[in-house]
Amino acid sequence: MEEILYIAHTDTGGNLGRQAREALNAALVLAPEGKGLAVAVFGRGAAAALQTLGGCGAGRYLVAEAAELEDSRYATDVAAIAALVDASGAAIVVGPGTARFRRSFPGAAQRCGGRVDTQVTAMEPAADGLRIQRWYYRQRMVATLARASRPWLVLTASGAFAPWSGTAAAVDARPVAVEAASRTRVLGVETPEADSQTIRPEADVLLVAGAGWTKKQADGQTHAAQAEQLIREFLERAQASLGSSKSLVDLSSEGEEVLSVFSHLNQVGQTGMAPRHSKGLATCCHGEEPHTVGWRFINERRAINLDPNCGWAQGKADVLYVADAFEVLARVNALLTPE
Amino acid sequence: MNQGFHIAVCGSLVPDPLQTLEPIAGPQGPALKNEMMLPAVLDPWASHALYEAAHLARQDGESRIWLVSIGPRARLQQLMMSIAQKAVFELVACDGPAGGFTDAAEVARVLADTVAAIPELDPQRLLLFGGCASASRDAGATLQMTGERLGITEQFLNVDELTVQEGVLRIKERIEGGRYLVSACDGPPAVVGWATGMLPEPPNNPQIGMQNMRSIMPALQRAKSVTLEAPELTFESVTVPQQRRDTRIVKDTPTDEIAAELVQWLREDS
Repeated sequence: MEEILYIAHTDTGGNLGRQAREALNAALVLAPEGKGLAVAVFGRGAAAALQTLGGCGAGRYLVAEAAELEDSRYATDVAAIAALVDASGAAIVVGPGTARFRRSFPGAAQRCGGRVDTQVTAMEPAADGLRIQRWYYRQRMVATLARASRPWLVLTASGAFAPWSGTAAAVDARPVAVEAASRTRVLGVETPEADSQTIRPEADVLLVAGAGWTKKQADGQTHAAQAEQLIREFLERAQASLGSSKSLVDLSSEGEEVLSVFSHLNQVGQTGMAPRHSKGLATCCHGEEPHTVGWRFINERRAINLDPNCGWAQGKADVLYVADAFEVLARVNALLTPE
Repeated sequence: MNQGFHIAVCGSLVPDPLQTLEPIAGPQGPALKNEMMLPAVLDPWASHALYEAAHLARQDGESRIWLVSIGPRARLQQLMMSIAQKAVFELVACDGPAGGFTDAAEVARVLADTVAAIPELDPQRLLLFGGCASASRDAGATLQMTGERLGITEQFLNVDELTVQEGVLRIKERIEGGRYLVSACDGPPAVVGWATGMLPEPPNNPQIGMQNMRSIMPALQRAKSVTLEAPELTFESVTVPQQRRDTRIVKDTPTDEIAAELVQWLREDS
């Protein structure tokens, strides 16, 4: 097998996140027990973070820890990745598909004279190199492919691999110098207030809300405020993440009555996310799109809908409850309330 | 003195999201069945990039927008009928394949060469816009490689907001956990890969359409033919997963019963 480089960045606290550990497990598929594997980390506290991966058995460890590399910026990140790839001499480079790497890996591949593939959901070694699996046309079809170009940079999709759970061990890391400059300054991170957090990537459950929540109900009136309260309560009590259909998100920009709990960040589907959760509950959704595309990676799916003939639910959900979502969610929230 | 931006929006056509897609093996590798017949739209994220470019250009009145598209000429012409009324732009077209199985690096090569060859474009004022990914290849890689080829080192991806204050670009990028990374860049050149942005789809404006069409038809006639070949890339298989589920319909059931079943399901270990 060719030389493999696993590369990760630390977060602002100097830690390696779940996605970084998932990508390490993916790299270990190609380099069992760490044979032919180099591990590289850059960013704030990279040297200390590298020790937490020490039990993976890699043959070489590389670290880049300059102050310029602490912030997530394209120019400095690309410089760091390219320097580490160059220092390792690896033919195949595996990294986690974090926002930071999704932005910088393709540019680094270009700078290294290599090729890149992103959103990779499976990898397996082959006699002549590597086979990867990734989706096309927004999760509508899956392809298995190989490349002859090297270096080949591969970004893993979040949630596609089990996280590495090995132990820490002291390692002797080779420092790699990075010449990095940028015209960009990071001003900070805008975080939703604690009580309004609606996106929880680690949650077991995804609640998908459709535009039906804002439509006239049986009494001929809309009940947006009540809908919002029910959704918020459910998210809090089930510790669920929130997704929405495009039509519901778009209402806010079209000046219609809206649920303030939603933003474009919640959107799933063709122009939104395709999140990975073990369970998904769809409410008041009628469109095809969120379910074929946004639900591709939801394992168990249930739906609440007033229309028993709803086209998408037939064949796409495991269970379809033909009922009023307002009534059902209110009762579910009551049952989820701690006594 | 603000002379405005030169905004090159990269984007091409993708099959209408509601179409059923079926892969086939073609002479150049995988393709879509009846690809040339499928109704097409401007790639959704590229659309947002175009609307944001138009919004930015309206603010200073001095900016110019080029829409740089690679696609079959006849299909680009059809596409222009639907988007020409949305925003003022000048089309720069390349006659070539627009499918998702083309290699991002090859597309980046052609895009970079095409942008660099726009006669009146000032590289120092360039904002290279595009979608954060395409709805076909969905790699999210083409724009960065195009920027690299053009020597642009300030790049932003998954952008929802760009504002300009005294020449400084203030940019919000989506990051994990529903958060935004907020950055300031001291000005162009820069690459901006848009997520959905904050703007609604603009209404059709026939006047803009007529203004655009005067330059679009000559641009389509001038479109140079390009090939996107990646012999180093081998597709072993492309399949549509069959995921039809056996849906259990629960109706005429009391709300309490449904709620209890749901809560039990939510509490089960998956």
